[in-house]
Amino acid sequence: MIPGDLKYTKDHEWAKIDLNHAVIGITDHAQKELGDITFVEVPETKTILKQGGALSTVESVKAASDIYAPVSGEIIEANEALADKPELINQSPYEKGWLCKIKLSDPKEASKLMDARQYEEYLNTLKK
Amino acid sequence: MSYVANTKEEKSEMLKAVGINDGNIDRLFDDIPKSLRAKSFALPKGKSEYEVTRDIKKLSSRNNTGLISFLGAGYYDHFIPEAVNALAARSEFYTAYTPYQPEASQGTLQAIYEYQSSICRLTGMGAANASLYDGSTALYEACMMAIRITGKNKILSDMSVNPIHRKILYSYTGNLSIEFKEIPLVHGQSDRKTIDEYLDDNTAAIILQNPNFFGAIDDFTDIIKKCHDKGALAIVSVYPISLGLLKTPAEMGADIVVGEGQSLGMPLSFGGPYLGIMATTKEYVRKMPGRIVGATTDTDGKRGFVLTLQTREQHIRREKATSNICSNEALCALRAVIYLSIMGKEGLKEVAGLCFKKAEYAKNIIGKIKGVEVKRSSPTFNEFTLNLPKDPEEIIQKMLAKGFIAGFPAGRHYPDLKNYMIVAVTEKHSKEEIDKYAKELESALWS
Amino acid sequence: MELIFEISKNGKKAYTLPECDISSDKQIEQKYLRKQDARLVEVSELDVIRHFTALSKMNFSVDSNFYPLGSCTMKYNPKFTEYLASLDGFCMLHPLLPQIKGGEKLSQGALTIIYELEKLLCEITGMDEFTSQPMAGAHGELTGIMIIAHYHKLKGEQRKIVLIPDLGHGTNPASAAIAGYQVRAIPSGKDGLMDMGCLKKELTKDVAAIMLTCPDTLGIFNPKIKEIADLAHKAGALMYYDGANLNAILGKARPGDLGFDVVHLNLHKTFATPHGGGGPGAGPVGVKKELAKYLPIPRIKQDKGELSLDFSMKFSIGNIAPFYGNFLVLVKAYAYIILLGGEGLVEASENAVLNANYIMHKLKDYYDLPFKRACMHECVFSASKQSEKGVHAIDIAKALIDKGIHPPTVYFPLIVKEAMMIEPTETESKQTLDNFISIMIEIAKLADKDPQKFKEFPKTTPVKRLDEVKAAKDLNLSA
Repeated sequence: MIPGDLKYTKDHEWAKIDLNHAVIGITDHAQKELGDITFVEVPETKTILKQGGALSTVESVKAASDIYAPVSGEIIEANEALADKPELINQSPYEKGWLCKIKLSDPKEASKLMDARQYEEYLNTLKK
Repeated sequence: MSYVANTKEEKSEMLKAVGINDGNIDRLFDDIPKSLRAKSFALPKGKSEYEVTRDIKKLSSRNNTGLISFLGAGYYDHFIPEAVNALAARSEFYTAYTPYQPEASQGTLQAIYEYQSSICRLTGMGAANASLYDGSTALYEACMMAIRITGKNKILSDMSVNPIHRKILYSYTGNLSIEFKEIPLVHGQSDRKTIDEYLDDNTAAIILQNPNFFGAIDDFTDIIKKCHDKGALAIVSVYPISLGLLKTPAEMGADIVVGEGQSLGMPLSFGGPYLGIMATTKEYVRKMPGRIVGATTDTDGKRGFVLTLQTREQHIRREKATSNICSNEALCALRAVIYLSIMGKEGLKEVAGLCFKKAEYAKNIIGKIKGVEVKRSSPTFNEFTLNLPKDPEEIIQKMLAKGFIAGFPAGRHYPDLKNYMIVAVTEKHSKEEIDKYAKELESALWS
Repeated sequence: MELIFEISKNGKKAYTLPECDISSDKQIEQKYLRKQDARLVEVSELDVIRHFTALSKMNFSVDSNFYPLGSCTMKYNPKFTEYLASLDGFCMLHPLLPQIKGGEKLSQGALTIIYELEKLLCEITGMDEFTSQPMAGAHGELTGIMIIAHYHKLKGEQRKIVLIPDLGHGTNPASAAIAGYQVRAIPSGKDGLMDMGCLKKELTKDVAAIMLTCPDTLGIFNPKIKEIADLAHKAGALMYYDGANLNAILGKARPGDLGFDVVHLNLHKTFATPHGGGGPGAGPVGVKKELAKYLPIPRIKQDKGELSLDFSMKFSIGNIAPFYGNFLVLVKAYAYIILLGGEGLVEASENAVLNANYIMHKLKDYYDLPFKRACMHECVFSASKQSEKGVHAIDIAKALIDKGIHPPTVYFPLIVKEAMMIEPTETESKQTLDNFISIMIEIAKLADKDPQKFKEFPKTTPVKRLDEVKAAKDLNLSA
């Protein structure tokens, strides 16, 4: 199921936006496409990112996927547990598999992202 | 002759099967428009195996390999046990390809894993790759790796690193925005003063070599510490045979180790194939280019080996790969691991010891020749530098006529060192040969 | 199987060395020495021989198995070339000998082989000059792209982009990128050929080169190749030929005639030098006359029958290899070409293409053929039909292993789902192909009937399916 309280990008990142902060991760669809995740480049705190800028890389045995920031801002917290347990993204993409927390520099940007219904429609177009 | 396996009848049967009934095999090439057909293909007529062998053997005899050689310059004539040749000649190894299907390639995979392990044990580093083309391309890859890791773009390049390797590094990076700062040559060990001066926050790495191009042994611990303080990495190029005795790059704190692996069981072969050694710390494994073999288990829990961390590589990452390299030098890596297994712990130490002792003996007697100065500003391993009273180019030519390759004229790469000649000694040189060499050198200089 | 380190025992010895015939008490100062001996093995010579012989038996190889690995041209490697490459006259030759005064005369045989090989490769490809220096295909690509970059730079142009079809080898975009270029992928149309509309749109004044394989990685010869070259040249870009698939067209078409400006060849593919378990290869680069002055130094020049090295070319891209390439590989390729001669080379290509088409025709009713047209030296199937039942290309690969056949290249080219790329080469007999075909049909039937069975394959190998996820997660790279 696609959680209703999150925002989504076409690159299959999700963002949980709460006033001035956003928690970022990759969607269930993204983790399924990658398969067993073997490595996550844990984002570095204090990094300042623009919307769409490279945030991290997530790897499986046969693929590597670049993760882009859904929103602009500064990384204030990262999910260090992923360094030892990259499989958390497979097991729990929307909860334990979160990547980082960003302090928003432009909260208005969130309006450019898809909501759950739009993301679901987008996934359907990909299937075709 | 073309090694085609089918008879005429079989071919026409196969042509029929693909819908060509007139037996005209050229029709398979109908997609190539007539206007695009080869304008010429004027190659000689084929020959028999006997004739080709005879002719090429004749060519091989036009190379003089009977000379007693004191020429090294990064490429050395060491003894190769025949078992290395015998095992590397097993066609199960040499007619296989990259082990993409691990269950059908455990032989190659385990051999590479053992090679990686041997390189780690030799250098003290945490991880080695499955090899690169040669020492020079390994040096280039190491610099690119350091730039990726640090996000900086300045490289300090010690001029006592093999000049051929440095030239290649510079031509590869000519189109990129990388700044090279050369650390000028001083006699003996690397110039600490200039390194201090050039090292700054924008430095990605320094490249050093031990023993250096002139044979000098160094301990880079102090330099490497300073690099790390500035956030720069240290790339150390090694001569693997010397590691039988010498302080390891890991003991000095090196981040990336490279080296020309030719001395580990590869004949000189007029320039190749050789072996590019690369190793690094565990921390930087994911930034290392080239193939890497890892151990894992099968569905029954049994140990086996696979190519791993392939997401770094070009066949998955394409333009974002850590390098464009596809093949390694697997058969050369196999030769190296067999060589290291035969020599073993004691043998390698002994070879290194013989090289050192014989070179010291040579230094001693050559140093007695009138007008010849042996550079002694630092200890050396198996190679040392002479300052001659006459042009080394001429002396080398004279010595060829006496049956010796006398050494390498340093002026070729260092215009200020016109009178310097670099001389290499290995375990293969006998006392008698060294004595004769010294005698002939004296007569080439003075009679 | 045990690691060599696991059979090591203190005090065993496998080497002999000459006695130290000089007396010297000279020592290297302690501070320059390693603290502990390198932890290398201690074993007997027979231990080493048994260990590596046992390892060799755990490999599939051309000499023991049919090896139709697409794009890799795993043809038979003649044995006499191995012998020639082991001659002392080649092996014992120091590469710096011709670079010292008077040394050129003493290495004429080796220089002759390189010089003659370069000339032969020119005629084979329709190019004007060759360098034998690049040590592998990807190394050739980098060298070729550096030549192209140099050409534009000296013309005062700052072109930034290299165009590469989406079905190109991974080395192509990687080589262009490390030479400092941005890479744009050109998609392929429904017919498997380059989308010309897209090409025209992308072909701006910023494009330095188009880099492609011909026939391409689908095994298709693009009849519009000349048109692509003309468009490129009109836009001021150069054409780069990835010669990985040259084995398909020897004597039929030549990249030089098709409008290519720079080519690299893989001697370990087309010219039968062994792949060595992943190298050493050789990737010579050929260019048209206008680009010859940019070739790497040194060049081998002939004057009055004597060969010499020329370092004086002032427009050269510089040094790209320490010496003259993987010389022993060059010796083998040279011997192969001389033995086959022109007719033999043509015969090799014709039969490589015949063998591939034969397989394609015999298997097309059992596996999906994404592009239905005559193939050249290789054919690309898709296991899409089988994957609906849960049997993927990788499962078919593992089933083949149990039948003693090395699997084709799978999952490449990337644009074909469940791709299986089969390249039989000319040296395989009809009997071998028929056996392969009947096994592939058997596998297709099994996939239909009992897809679950595939999870067990392979069963006959020294190890069963290996856990690649574990290998990548719990890194164990050395013992």
